[in-house]
Amino acid sequence: MDIFVQTRNSFSRFLSAFFKKKRSRIGIYGPPNAGKTTLANRIARDWAGDSVGAVSEIPHETRRASRKQDIRITGANGHMITIDIVDTPGVTTKIDYKEFLEYGLDKDEAITRAREATEGVAEAMHWLREDIDGVVYMLDSTVDPFLQVNIMMIGIIESRNLPVIIAANKIDLPDAAPQRIRSAFPQHPVVPVSCLEGKNVEELYEQMVHTFR
Amino acid sequence: MIQGVQIDLISEDRLNNLTSMEKIHLILDKVRQGTIVILEKGLEPEEQSKLIEMTMKEILPDDFNGIEMETYPAKEDNSFLSRLMGKGRHTSSARLTVIGPANQIRMIKKDKDQISAWISTR
Repeated sequence: MDIFVQTRNSFSRFLSAFFKKKRSRIGIYGPPNAGKTTLANRIARDWAGDSVGAVSEIPHETRRASRKQDIRITGANGHMITIDIVDTPGVTTKIDYKEFLEYGLDKDEAITRAREATEGVAEAMHWLREDIDGVVYMLDSTVDPFLQVNIMMIGIIESRNLPVIIAANKIDLPDAAPQRIRSAFPQHPVVPVSCLEGKNVEELYEQMVHTFR
Repeated sequence: MIQGVQIDLISEDRLNNLTSMEKIHLILDKVRQGTIVILEKGLEPEEQSKLIEMTMKEILPDDFNGIEMETYPAKEDNSFLSRLMGKGRHTSSARLTVIGPANQIRMIKKDKDQISAWISTR
């Protein structure tokens, strides 16, 4: 190897060791039931042999932000990132406990779930302003992406200059239309995936290595 | 007695004289009382983030379920100065914004020039 290249690489490693954060905290954000915990579990299983949290069809199953630390993801070109994955509750501007009654919960359980969910969303918003270095924004590709909460969240993420990848999830479903998400947010990389079936997650990992490096 | 809904249109001048937390408290105090709030100038992204956080803290069963909000997107600022300063694409505040109690307001339609909302009494 050229002496100049060797010197440059050594200098680069030296600078990285001093100035680069050791780990980035990557938040998985998005509306309720988009598949955030399914993705967090898949990442944790694929790269750390573990899981992060339970999943359910009832909205707001995740009511506290939970973190899986020290996950190393390696891209096809050998580049590696070390990240903490932060799985967050689904972001919304309204929570009505009566919604949970439809899933068979009794009133007390529903009220408790709603209260925990409100605390979780407040905590997730606080994390986004204080503790997150990058975002995977998770959307259900069978649902209209032009919801106000999505527009707001992407605006908040952009205003903080955080790197973001949009995951267009649930492409295994017949109504999936990830192209709608691409046209809604053309300024950001959009990766169509099925986190449940694992379809296209390799492309998402590649994009994460590229974006969060 | 006539049933009705109060709608408050808040001018840009008034909003400019308030701090972020004053704006958020003003909005939430009105919305909690069942008032529909229309802001002539929308909130900054940071303020929107705090509004969501504060709204979650105010939610109470059978009393307040949260807010419904709709706004025109911020105008893109692609000026040379903006790019030179390294600012993001959406640097200006959101425009006209409608906020109301989630159990009273339903957004029917939004396009780049018009927001249609259906409002019910309590």
